Amino acid sequence: MEIKLTVNETTRSDEVEPRLLLIHYLREVCGLRAANVGCDTTSCGACTVLLDGESVKSCTVLAVQANGRSVTTAEGLVADDGTMSVVQQAFRENHGLQCGFCTPGMVMAATSLLAENPDPTEQEVREGLEGNFCRCTGYHNIVRAVLAAAGKIADGQANAEVNA
Amino acid sequence: MIPASFDYEVADSAAHALSLLAEYGEDAKLLAGGHSLLPMMKVRLAQPAMLVDIGRVAELSGIRRDGDELVIGATTRHADVAGSDVVQAEAPLLAYAAAQVGDPQIRHRGTIGGSLAHADPAADLPMTLLALGGSIEITGPSGVRTVPADDFFAGPFETALSPDELLSAVRIPRGGDVPWGYQKFVRRANDWAIVGVAAYDGRGALANMGGTPLRAHAVEEALRSGAPAAEAAEHAADGTSPGYDFHADAEYRKHLARVLTRRALEGKTG
Amino acid sequence: MSILGTRVLRTEDPGFLTTGAVYAEDVQDERLAGACYVHFVRSAVAHARLAGIDTSAPGVVAVYTGEDLAAAGIAPVRPMMPNMNQQMLQPMLAIDTVRFVGEPVAVVVTEEMYQGEDAIELVDVDYEILPAVATMHQAVSGERGLLFPAAETNVVCTFGDASAASPDLFEGCDVVVSEVIQNQRVAPAPMESRSGAAAWGEDGRLTAWIPNQGAQGTKGAITGMLGLNRDDVRIITPDVGGAFGAKFGADSEHAVICWIAGQLGRPVRWSETRNENLLVMPHGRAQEQKITIGGALDGTVLAYRLEILQDCGAYPKAGAFLPSLTRLMTPGPYNIPRAESFSTSVVTNTTPVGAYRGAGRPEAAAAIDRAMDLFADAAGVDPAEVRRKNLLPKFTEPHTTAFGAVYDSGDYVTALEKALAAAGYDELLAEQAKRRDNGDTLQLGIGLSSYVEITGPGGEAGGPNENSTVEVHPDGTATILTGTSPHGQGHQTVWAMLASEELGIPIEKITVKWGDTDLVPRGGGTGGSRSLQLGGAAVQQASRELLDVARERAAETLEASPSDLVFDTAASAFTVKGDPDIAVPLSGLAESERLFVHTVFTAPGPTFPFGSHVAVVDVDVETGKVFLRRLVSVDDAGTVMNPLLAEGQRHGGIAQGAAQAFLEEVVFDDDGNALTATFADYPFASATELPSFELVDMETPTSYNPLGAKGIGEAGSIGSTPAVQNAVIDAVSYLGVTHIDMPTSPQRVWRAIRAANGSKEA
Repeated sequence: MEIKLTVNETTRSDEVEPRLLLIHYLREVCGLRAANVGCDTTSCGACTVLLDGESVKSCTVLAVQANGRSVTTAEGLVADDGTMSVVQQAFRENHGLQCGFCTPGMVMAATSLLAENPDPTEQEVREGLEGNFCRCTGYHNIVRAVLAAAGKIADGQANAEVNA
Repeated sequence: MIPASFDYEVADSAAHALSLLAEYGEDAKLLAGGHSLLPMMKVRLAQPAMLVDIGRVAELSGIRRDGDELVIGATTRHADVAGSDVVQAEAPLLAYAAAQVGDPQIRHRGTIGGSLAHADPAADLPMTLLALGGSIEITGPSGVRTVPADDFFAGPFETALSPDELLSAVRIPRGGDVPWGYQKFVRRANDWAIVGVAAYDGRGALANMGGTPLRAHAVEEALRSGAPAAEAAEHAADGTSPGYDFHADAEYRKHLARVLTRRALEGKTG
Repeated sequence: MSILGTRVLRTEDPGFLTTGAVYAEDVQDERLAGACYVHFVRSAVAHARLAGIDTSAPGVVAVYTGEDLAAAGIAPVRPMMPNMNQQMLQPMLAIDTVRFVGEPVAVVVTEEMYQGEDAIELVDVDYEILPAVATMHQAVSGERGLLFPAAETNVVCTFGDASAASPDLFEGCDVVVSEVIQNQRVAPAPMESRSGAAAWGEDGRLTAWIPNQGAQGTKGAITGMLGLNRDDVRIITPDVGGAFGAKFGADSEHAVICWIAGQLGRPVRWSETRNENLLVMPHGRAQEQKITIGGALDGTVLAYRLEILQDCGAYPKAGAFLPSLTRLMTPGPYNIPRAESFSTSVVTNTTPVGAYRGAGRPEAAAAIDRAMDLFADAAGVDPAEVRRKNLLPKFTEPHTTAFGAVYDSGDYVTALEKALAAAGYDELLAEQAKRRDNGDTLQLGIGLSSYVEITGPGGEAGGPNENSTVEVHPDGTATILTGTSPHGQGHQTVWAMLASEELGIPIEKITVKWGDTDLVPRGGGTGGSRSLQLGGAAVQQASRELLDVARERAAETLEASPSDLVFDTAASAFTVKGDPDIAVPLSGLAESERLFVHTVFTAPGPTFPFGSHVAVVDVDVETGKVFLRRLVSVDDAGTVMNPLLAEGQRHGGIAQGAAQAFLEEVVFDDDGNALTATFADYPFASATELPSFELVDMETPTSYNPLGAKGIGEAGSIGSTPAVQNAVIDAVSYLGVTHIDMPTSPQRVWRAIRAANGSKEA
């Protein structure tokens, strides 16, 4: 079946089989490999991307279901000049990643969470990330990163520079 | 991880979906958000030959008031039910329950109709519908019929739906001021309930205490005869034969049912 | 100003956050063009004779079984150590017998990735079911038979001599308490499941991309398993999505895909599903422990015995010898006059058991700290006081224990006091008393642990060591080669910091390479928390030796004596004393001849980080549910190079250790079927189950390396487990509960409360 959709603001047209999972469409057809497959029971969230701006687990969406829609991946959060998004920068500044496998999915989930709740409490962040597993960080710095990103958004520092 | 191959059609209306169901019979399954069906297909517990996608049928989505009922289209997503001002005002128990399903990503895709049609006895919405005294609107070749929640759930993952019918809407009595409570006992936040309880207006319903969500009739009877919540809750497990797994054996489940029913009757969420 | 000890952001991160790290599944390489895909057919039963395999699957590239491997001369894998029963052989694809659910019995190769799961359904396997040895006790009693008839036993090996147990070990003790406790089986469950890719070149060499914790060890494993020449094998390590001890060496599947690539003359790719990962990746812990502790009524411990039964799963792997590390750490940080321990490792029809964060040492800490609390309860002494009384006093010279462990430096009492102070121990006790008086539904529990653990152990002759090459290039950049193998720890950043500190080259200009056996032929990898104290020390040493070489060259260039030169780190240049206008940049000395040093750093022995944790839990006494509210930790691993990263290691360890205490468990039924082989079933913690952690800083340097650093990677997971378990039991101790096994699931807690039936006065 032919699908036409927007991926990271680029329109695409591809012929896919109905059972092709969106995660594999993004990775194998579009070459966008930041999102990962971490499980087979829709539990871990490593595959999280935005579908029409909302976080979804792309392992449990068929590519054909994304026909006519827009998908955003971690790659798509980066500005044309290479600047990372506020959430991505906050993850770096707060050491919110170690091995990195859960990270793109975590970043997309956090991005969606902050879009819906720009000023969350720590508890709301933890509950908002209940669908994203991490084995390395113990979540401590991930939560800090999301709260920090929320602070920046609230302060309007949308393009704060990365402090290397 | 990868479903078996299948054919796929996009329905452009409920009628179109029904004609596809009629054509393919038991080989076809309806696809809305896919968050009950696709996980089953990915582990090959379900292998339909044809998926009929009703996710874009506008007439099947939406929330509206209709007299003393709320009518919620089958393909309305959990996130939209949970976030709806109308549902929060008219049926806060349902808004709360929808917000407990899975996690945020799942709630952006899963639908109320899909969840009810899937009929997992441990799920949030089936027991909630029972407690609310809601009903299911079913559209089939011979028209529309309405089935009360009490008659809808037939067995584990089995409902009153025939293969040639589609669940088109859910009807909930409006009752913004009615006392309610909700308890979902889990080890981890996005688990299915080990035991769940929804209480509403003197009615109680249990999740994962049997092959279907169950009305807590003995509890309701006790409340009607004037027993206070704590005493009525002692009857929560009456007549149940819950299963067991490594999280909970039958005896512990019954104990949880009693404790959680008391808390739900006290109007608590947790 | 020194860069060491500062919170430098990781240079790895921008890539990881945007395009993502490049894991094995992501690797795009021309050598893998046209790769076919491998999927394994796996046993659905725990113990059976293989009566037949129908391999006539149409439409696939190939199907192979254990018979094909045997015909090709591929031998089964032998147990890794000579003291393990050598009859317990593991064919890479099962031949005649399957011994655990998930064991590979055949492999299919398809053109497309999606065809693989279709293809494995086409392979029909006939099983003649045998009784499953589902538990360690069944293994010992023999009531379910033997896994390996040729072995004539289910015992893999023993450590210590149980028959030499001292009958009067507890003579003179006013109080003696004994308990059989479980250190339950858990799954390492890194977020990246196992995967790999392999291709044979026209030069007859194998190149394999295998996620691992040490490419050199993986190369040795593949070479050995397939009978290859070392020169013909190149292992390339992609980015690795977590390992936690479970990605050392190579598994059967890795060897099989390399073999298939050779058979077909085509590149091959493989990824397992999470279900396969939870079934087959070696599990952790799985010890049953009988702890007996005795002492005086004033809280002084006089004697302790630890008896271990270790479950190895179906084939002996690292898990079989981990009890020897548990035994080594038997007394922990405590001064116990008389202590002894023994262990027996047995096979069962379950997933093989291997190393998992802490690998034998968490088991020792959990046992001794549970014993301390049992003793405190029986003697009627506060658990903090019992620890204070029995901890080894501060020492700066190495201290040798009765078990032969040489602790390098330690200050255990200070760690305990710092943890208690940070937790507000007295306030917590007051809050607990108040809730008990009120009869609250949510009761407060306070749990303590004091631990010490062994890091950087070497098996090598000459002591623990690691190598590094540092090279400075004419363009002012530098390259570091390291024998470590990071998988999230941040070596790329910290090794660059260490070299930058010496050479004055900014970290952005330093490239760190590892994991390619053609580039770095020797290395011990990353595990046992060895990397900083050995690998980092090697980088520093190589950098310093490079400066010595550079000094000689600079002296020649400047026609001065080497001793008249000063290295100006800030400028990364040599100047002549008293004449700063004459400067030779370090990079300039690489222009006519390469400027590099390869060195090996050797430590006198392993180091022993230590600490104390305080866990605070709420327990709902009506349902038994546990809520972890606070985890206060002191983890002293000596001098800290990058506090940001050290904290991350502590957080991760604490989370895994805590999760073992109250959430995680691998469960098999009595037929050996796995009940927790998906992330929906295995209670893997999400952010909602854990609090933010409270870390207290403490640095007691070691003299064993110039950095003063010990290993921090596993420390957090060692202290947190007993602290959380003790906290849960403490919460309901007023109801008469003295012990609850891990994980302290709601059902276990509720049953313990009921069994105790409020038999004790508050």
